[in-house]
Amino acid sequence: MADAGNRSGTAPPISGGVTRARVEAGLRRRYRRERRFRLYGLASVLLGIGFLVVLFATIIGNGWSAFRQAYIRLDVTIDAAEIDPEGTRDPGVLSVANYPALLRAALLEKFPEASGRRERRELAGLLSGGAAFALRDAVLADPGIIGTTRSFWLLADDDADLYVKGRLPTGDDGEGGRLSSAQRGWLDALGADGRVELRFNRAFFTSGDSRDPEQAGIWGATKGSFFMLLVTILVAFPLGVAAAIYLEEFAPRNAWVDVIEVNINNLAAVPSIVFGLLGLAVFINFFGLPRSAPLVGGLVLALMTLPVIIIAARASIKAVPPSVREAALGVGASHVQMVFHHVLPLALPGMLTGAIIGMARALGESAPLLMIGMVAFVVEIPSGPLSPSTALPVQIYLWADSPERAFVERTSAAIMVLLAFLLVMNAAAVWLRNRFERRW
Amino acid sequence: MRLTTLILILAAMTFAAYVFGRRRALAVARAGGAVRLHSLPAYYGYLAAIWSALPAVALLVAWVAFSDSFIIGRVVASLPPELRDQPAAQLGLTVNEIRNLAAGQMVDEGRGAELQVAADLYNSLRTTSSRILAGLAIAVAFAGFGLAWIRTRPALRARNHVEVVIRGVLIAASSVAILTTAGILLSVTFEAARFFSQVPLADFVFGTEWSPQTAIRADQVGSSGAFGAVPLFVGTLLISGLALLVAVPIGLMTAIYLSEYAAPGVRRAVKPILEVLAGVPTVVYGYFAALTVAPFLRGIGAELGLDVASESALGAGLVMGVMIIPFVSSLSDDVINAVPQSLRDGSYGLGATKSETIKRVLLPAALPGIVGGVLLAASRAIGETMIVVMAAGLAANLTANPLQAVTTVTVQIVTLLVGDQEFDSPKTLAAFALGLVLFVVTLVLNVIALQVVRRYREQYD
Repeated sequence: MADAGNRSGTAPPISGGVTRARVEAGLRRRYRRERRFRLYGLASVLLGIGFLVVLFATIIGNGWSAFRQAYIRLDVTIDAAEIDPEGTRDPGVLSVANYPALLRAALLEKFPEASGRRERRELAGLLSGGAAFALRDAVLADPGIIGTTRSFWLLADDDADLYVKGRLPTGDDGEGGRLSSAQRGWLDALGADGRVELRFNRAFFTSGDSRDPEQAGIWGATKGSFFMLLVTILVAFPLGVAAAIYLEEFAPRNAWVDVIEVNINNLAAVPSIVFGLLGLAVFINFFGLPRSAPLVGGLVLALMTLPVIIIAARASIKAVPPSVREAALGVGASHVQMVFHHVLPLALPGMLTGAIIGMARALGESAPLLMIGMVAFVVEIPSGPLSPSTALPVQIYLWADSPERAFVERTSAAIMVLLAFLLVMNAAAVWLRNRFERRW
Repeated sequence: MRLTTLILILAAMTFAAYVFGRRRALAVARAGGAVRLHSLPAYYGYLAAIWSALPAVALLVAWVAFSDSFIIGRVVASLPPELRDQPAAQLGLTVNEIRNLAAGQMVDEGRGAELQVAADLYNSLRTTSSRILAGLAIAVAFAGFGLAWIRTRPALRARNHVEVVIRGVLIAASSVAILTTAGILLSVTFEAARFFSQVPLADFVFGTEWSPQTAIRADQVGSSGAFGAVPLFVGTLLISGLALLVAVPIGLMTAIYLSEYAAPGVRRAVKPILEVLAGVPTVVYGYFAALTVAPFLRGIGAELGLDVASESALGAGLVMGVMIIPFVSSLSDDVINAVPQSLRDGSYGLGATKSETIKRVLLPAALPGIVGGVLLAASRAIGETMIVVMAAGLAANLTANPLQAVTTVTVQIVTLLVGDQEFDSPKTLAAFALGLVLFVVTLVLNVIALQVVRRYREQYD
């Protein structure tokens, strides 16, 4: 802008053929500038889209492999002397028996060359800690298999899993890393034997958090998010719609209503973390509600989304033409009847669209939840809005902070799930708008 | 009786009150011969339901809110004197143990017997309390319905009464927004005031050293704790400044290109794509910044021989900038479109090219609106939490070098409050003081921005 200003300010008077030459010379410069400016614009648009592409490519590239999980097939001898020496088949005895020992024995049988405490520990480390539980469940389900040798597909440890997927980084010496060369050799041997398989990672979708990446899942967090959103929509939607109806249809034009309106606009721009402080001080410290509960999270998110819902609901009430109102009043409806029988049904699709968009925002929100204790490490699947739980975005935050390499792909996979939810919600909002929106 | 059962019973009673209230109205009207009801029969039903539900629910809420502290008071009074006369904090712990014991959890062995007595008392009082509540609430609901039953006459203006209640509910709902603001202000100010009674205001605002770790034991090293917030303010400004440096030019040029140059089809396709950037959860940006951008910047820095911290302000700022691009661009888009076409036509008529028109006519005319948008974007950047929590540092360095790690106000609030807290240590209260600063600053920015935008809109209306 500055150079353009200089030129026009200091141009000497011009005349005749000189003028023409000068204008043409200037024109070329001006057109060049025009093209350059246009290019800047295009570049910014492409830059924005480029960021989006890089973001999604990184996350999908990191995360797609987490949907599959390595399993190792082992022939396990279910030694009665080890797990049921009395021969009672008592479930109480069977459920606390030493299954890891069976697995260690099975691994040793496969690789007898492993000697010494360290190598044996490394060998046992190929399997996840969850493999023993899977074996226990199999025995408890059918005690008849005790004393036989069966073949089981068992969950591999996270580093073994990464190695099978070819995602384990090598150590600084170009060798080793988190798996020793012996472990790599065993895995290669098992693979050559057809005893290693990548299967769909069910645990990721059905279990709660875990310290072991191969056993960690998002179901607990998803359910926590679900309960939270349930509370949020139950609180925020009726309140938001009622407030919007009052402000649009009933409120007198006075200072108090002005205060409410300014206040709603400001609340919409208050940082979300401040709502977390409010939740901590009011809901937890003052009302004594439990920490880490989806109920509190839902209430905080409800207060946060309330302005969004109010603003959307007001816009859709405003879009209902006055003729509808006048017709209702004309046939003798009272003001309240006019609003609830005629305006509200017409405005409802727009309100729902706004509510879904508000819910999508609430689903992705994590900062206020950190304040009210939803960052706890919760293994159990929450059973209701009062049981301790975490939320999907907070789970992502927790995993992103975990040092285990295998959590990188799981974090990305959890992000993909979260984004899929958001996509579905936004698509629903768009569908609703296109399906029911009426132009008057 | 469980609370949920009681609520279900009350809901059933409300529904029954509606049905019988409506029947009652019809019966009254029929008994009176040709007398017509003032309102539609359903309104008498609604009125009966309201009379039955409203007082009972009010009672329920008040009871639930106050009964626990009352019961705890009775339990504490029943404790042996050596337990009762403990300092407040100790007493709180004891009360917690009693609660745990009452809920059937194990507590410390040694003092089990005394506490078990208290826990039994607590449980029996709770049972009594919930029984009294259930009886009272159901009685109140019946009484309300009975009143409605007696008062139902054809001349009763049921609709008007119902509508008054509806109006009251609507007003109450719209006051929740006010209550929220009041709640934020009160809670944050209250805790911040407690903080400033322990740490002088001047130390907080002008102090340049921030190390909130107070000691657990008095003889521990570094037990004092320093609460000078200047490094946090500088860090916040640095990261937000970097974000705006990215977002404002790109966002503005995007808005200009899309509204002035792009074909309508391109505009329709590109706008939603860019809006996706605003819809991506911030935790995803944080993860991206920490996992991808930071190592990338570090690698580039190593190539150039620069020492880039792995949690550099630059990484967090860049990613935050990307996040607010759509924010800036959609706000600028609005204001650019609001500039009247006549201004453009006038400029073209004088022979100006498109870019000259944009630079000399459109932008100056739209400037107030753009400034407002930038202020809103700044307030968003200052309050943004997850990106900086995940990608910016924890150490409070007082530096303006974007390659070093800095910390921000929001990061410190999170680190101070995550985990167990005791609500009388300045460490915890400091978070609320920071929250107060954050709230006030963003509020002021928002108010100014909204004023600027509104005045700008009026200019061309």
